[in-house]
Amino acid sequence: MPQGRSIEHSNHGALLSLRPVADPPEPAPEGRVTDIDQWGRSAKARALIARLYGPLYRHWFRAEWEGLEKIPAEGGALLVANHAGAIPIDAPLIMHGIEQELGRPVYGLADYFFRRFPAVGTAWSRGGGVPAHPDNAYRLLHDERQLALVFPEGTKATGKVYSQRYKLRRFGRGGFVDIAMRAGVPIVPIVIIGSEEAMPTLAKSAALAKVLRVPYAPLTANMLVLGPLGLLTYFPAKIRFRVLDPIYFDVPPDQERYPRSHVFDEAEAIRQAMQDQIYDMLRHRRSIWFG
Amino acid sequence: MGRRILITGIASFWGSRIAKALESHPDVDVIVGMDTDAPVIALERTEFVRADETYSILSRLVTATQVDTVVHAGMIVDSARVGARRIHELNTIGTLNLLAAVGAAGSPVRSLVVKSSTMVYGAGPQDPYWFSERMPRVAPARTSVERSLLEAESYLSAFVEDNRHVRTVTLRFANVLGADIDTPLGRALTLLLAPRIAGFDPQIQFVAQDDVVRALQFAVEHRDLSGIFNVAGAGRLPWSEVLSLAGKAPLLLSPFATRLIIAPLSRLGLDLPPEIIDLLRYGRGVDTRKLLHAGFTYQHSTLSALQEFVEGRRLKAAVGEITPTYRYESDVEAFFRHSPAVVAPG
Repeated sequence: MPQGRSIEHSNHGALLSLRPVADPPEPAPEGRVTDIDQWGRSAKARALIARLYGPLYRHWFRAEWEGLEKIPAEGGALLVANHAGAIPIDAPLIMHGIEQELGRPVYGLADYFFRRFPAVGTAWSRGGGVPAHPDNAYRLLHDERQLALVFPEGTKATGKVYSQRYKLRRFGRGGFVDIAMRAGVPIVPIVIIGSEEAMPTLAKSAALAKVLRVPYAPLTANMLVLGPLGLLTYFPAKIRFRVLDPIYFDVPPDQERYPRSHVFDEAEAIRQAMQDQIYDMLRHRRSIWFG
Repeated sequence: MGRRILITGIASFWGSRIAKALESHPDVDVIVGMDTDAPVIALERTEFVRADETYSILSRLVTATQVDTVVHAGMIVDSARVGARRIHELNTIGTLNLLAAVGAAGSPVRSLVVKSSTMVYGAGPQDPYWFSERMPRVAPARTSVERSLLEAESYLSAFVEDNRHVRTVTLRFANVLGADIDTPLGRALTLLLAPRIAGFDPQIQFVAQDDVVRALQFAVEHRDLSGIFNVAGAGRLPWSEVLSLAGKAPLLLSPFATRLIIAPLSRLGLDLPPEIIDLLRYGRGVDTRKLLHAGFTYQHSTLSALQEFVEGRRLKAAVGEITPTYRYESDVEAFFRHSPAVVAPG
């Protein structure tokens, strides 16, 4: 956990510009030939992804937001969402959605697992993916005042089978709350429905996962219907997002340590609030495909 | 009374350069340089002492010369041309002997400056993007040079605990680039095709050769400075961009079984040490704010260090070596330093 992150945080202002960072984050210094930033994100790559994702976002999933204005227009904030689908579509959709609607870049914090794979890891970081190391999150949120997205359930959520849909898993060890407190930024919960039905997992093979060295090896309904093409194709479920009220923590930032029980209680409260909202949205959903 | 300084690794690029830089200080009385080989550049007044690999003469030397400052620049960080055995002797055992001599009862040494490397952080998929000095490495140390540096640094931290009266500065340098120095990444960028692991585009951080010397000098001069400091140019560059800025086409290496593939290629001049292969996969960044807060200013960022390197290479390609090659001749050096026939300038 955050053993690192050491030095005089109070003095950061002298060295780092703390203005909110627009897209592209920094004007490329004289002599650069790419626009790849310090996190590996490229605004050009993002624009390309936006061209690919735009139609998917608008026409396939017909994504709709509720409460988008609750996401801060400037300053750091940690976005927290529920995670679903064998190859989850939620991260790219949220990142695309917020970048399009609010014009702010979103860095997606995810398991370092991606980095081990050639091409996949590079593409992921060009699109704004960052390994979910506490120090990375702190820098993004505190030093650079960016938006960062995290799925506290981790692969426990994307690896669950369809019968477990919309039941939030444990929120890790509450590390996301700890980081937000440390960085002095609010947590903005986002709940998503439709993502579970876009690529539902019917069964899993632990043995195959072990051989492939991946967290889980799913058999999805998409594969059953479409064969190998199902690996890449999502069902056109209607995707709805709801942004919950930002949570500001009443604690001083940059503490060595925050009481475990406090962190846990906050994490659990956020989980419960998100679970309630998911049930509320499902209660009002008439159809999986039409919302 | 002026300062009396002992420099280990005087034959190395850094040892020679720091000695040369300190020679021009009026308040430095004596500079003694020690190494297994002779210095590689002409030095005015540095006295050279030949030592064996494990620096066993060190305690005698320290007592005899009454030095107040030791600059330990002798640790090997480029493992391409040095065997694991010698790395262990020089880095681990050499540092151990050095610390024993410096910490001995009655030792006159009050300042110790150690040149280490950001290699102590390793390079792996679980790493943070920026290591600060207090963060432990994540990836296990598998290569001899990384292990020896970690061992040397652990001896050093024990030394710091036990010898509060000795000001100890450890400088961890990022990958060095410079037209005059032979480094693994510098070599990679001078090949016909520069190696790149297919599918990976790590973010690399450089430090310019001049900033290395300046940082060592800064640590020697600032008597209130102590602790561990990262030294690296601002910013990081994707390796693909480094190649295009250096005007190199990539030699794409398989991301699988990379080490096996590289072994036969070493005959063609591609000698990538294993720790560099990890670097070309995952990259490494270090936080340099601690040294900046201490008042050090860099002349180069990662980008300008690379540009400087590229320009230096171009010049070399056009006109060849600019500095004449130097060979140490002990009787010539002894004559100029000690003969009554030599008239001191001024």
